[in-house]
Amino acid sequence: MSAPVSSVHKPIKQKDRAQTEPAVVRWLLIATALVFLALFLLLPLAAVFSQAFEKGLTVYLDALKEPDTLSSIKLTLITAAVTVPLNLFFGVTAAWAIAKFSFPGKNLLITLIDLPFSVSPVISGLIYVLIFGLQGWIGPWLQEHDIKIVFAVPGIILATIFVTFPFVARELIPLMEAQGKEEEEAALVLGASGLQTFFRVTLPNIKWGIIYGVILCNARAMGEFGAVSVVSGHIRGMTNTVPLHVEILYNEYNYTAAFAVASLLAFLALITLMVKTVAEWKIRNQVEG
Amino acid sequence: MNIKKIVTTLVTLALAVSTTTAAIAADITLLNVSYDPTRELYVDINNAFAQQWQKKTGNKVTIKQSHGGSGKQARAVIDGLEADVVTLALAYDIDAIAEKGLIKPGWQKELPHNSSPYTSTIVFLVRKGNPRKIKNWDDLVKPGVSVITPNPKTSGGARWNYLAAWAYALHQPGGNDAKARDFVAKLFKNVPVLDSGARGSTNTFVQRGLGDVLLAWENEAFLAINELGPDKFEVVTPSESILAEPPVTVIDKVADKRGTRQVAEEYLKFLYTDEGQKIAAKHYYRPINTKIPIKLAKLKLYTIDKAFGGWQKAQKTHFADGGTFDQIYAPSK
Repeated sequence: MSAPVSSVHKPIKQKDRAQTEPAVVRWLLIATALVFLALFLLLPLAAVFSQAFEKGLTVYLDALKEPDTLSSIKLTLITAAVTVPLNLFFGVTAAWAIAKFSFPGKNLLITLIDLPFSVSPVISGLIYVLIFGLQGWIGPWLQEHDIKIVFAVPGIILATIFVTFPFVARELIPLMEAQGKEEEEAALVLGASGLQTFFRVTLPNIKWGIIYGVILCNARAMGEFGAVSVVSGHIRGMTNTVPLHVEILYNEYNYTAAFAVASLLAFLALITLMVKTVAEWKIRNQVEG
Repeated sequence: MNIKKIVTTLVTLALAVSTTTAAIAADITLLNVSYDPTRELYVDINNAFAQQWQKKTGNKVTIKQSHGGSGKQARAVIDGLEADVVTLALAYDIDAIAEKGLIKPGWQKELPHNSSPYTSTIVFLVRKGNPRKIKNWDDLVKPGVSVITPNPKTSGGARWNYLAAWAYALHQPGGNDAKARDFVAKLFKNVPVLDSGARGSTNTFVQRGLGDVLLAWENEAFLAINELGPDKFEVVTPSESILAEPPVTVIDKVADKRGTRQVAEEYLKFLYTDEGQKIAAKHYYRPINTKIPIKLAKLKLYTIDKAFGGWQKAQKTHFADGGTFDQIYAPSK
């Protein structure tokens, strides 16, 4: 791993002018923020873990070993394993096109990438039912050829792809725009081919941005509830993802198991946050360098 | 950090996992799409039936379950969820599937008792000791009593709740539709929150501790007590209620296409056998075979056909857009 930026070259920051308020105000603000955080973020997180381990580690592990739970974990992993690489490919392509070239319809493309963010997840699921469902456009044809999309794994993957579509692209576009295209132009002038430029110049520069986008995309792909719920069909042991399975367990008065499975998602969130923080820090270094 | 490598690994992993999935799916499987409160019932039924089937034919059958609000589940089947059989909360929802041509008309005459192997009714779940002294429907409209019931627009159980209250008022001395409407309107003034499904409401009542009384399926009420401890709740059976007949049927189109008709029909018939009926009784349903002993209180039950002229009519009058429910229900502020 090469470090393109060394700390020596970082510009020395000016002292922050915002810190001129009296200490009382500052401490009050900080205290409010901390209390808010504790109440709305840490407390629920602690509740998930305390409920999950309420009846001890054995019950916790048994809850996770249950076949329907395992199958929901497997389905979630499959979904993420298909969704994330596809959206990674799309995201990098789109961001590259948008940041490094100008072409007609560019603004439209940027708007379209944002579409999944502005649409309610229920709608995101419903569009697939409307297209692929038995009463939908191509549902009857699919039925004749015995191809299952909705209420099966492909539908779940499609809905997840739709919902997690913008993450990588959204992350990369501002980063690539900030970096400009001078380095690429230099590479081209020095005789590098398009692909060489991409893999040797562009990619190393956006590496941490990609990781940041991928980790967010992955977290959402594993955690998506609404859109997946619409297309899942809720067949136990077959089309239930982890978030859907948590709801089922909770509805079966199986609170400990529900929170045990939920704690997996909470772990995922914590790991995501950690990687995200590292990536953010590295990106800042890259942009400033 | 080699991104190409990561991608290759992920794709290989995905392929490996998906091929194993295909290999497992070789057994005979049935999909039973059901409504919310039947999860525990069908876990037992499915095990018992699978054992019996294997003894009889030597074949292995796995029955998959899907649960949710009855109307929502019917919608999913209409949209292509490949259910071999449906076991829903009310005939109206199965009629909706039949209308789309997935089930042959006249399905409700295929099996005995309007194709309902077990019945249930609507009772009250109250907090231990019954602090509000709730004994009958009249007590629910008293000021200050908080009643929990799901939304009749989305939940089959909630429609039964609604009609049970209506039928009670209708059958009081001097009762008529106008009085019944007032009674139900007063009752819904006491409802602070409408969940979308029966299980959601139960959780609101038992987990979140909201409300003085939960209108619930009889089996759901007893299940809640069993799961969460008899020291916290008790069931109050009113003097009168409604006879809920949750019907079952084979989805003809799916069963014929998948070649599962025979096992699907046997599966539903199993519900009518002594063993099936005993399992239903164990889960606090009322088996139609009256020889099977039950632990449930006797009460006067009105049928939907006699009191409301059938589901089609009841649905239109009460739950369609602009029906009586829309007229009387204004969310409390």
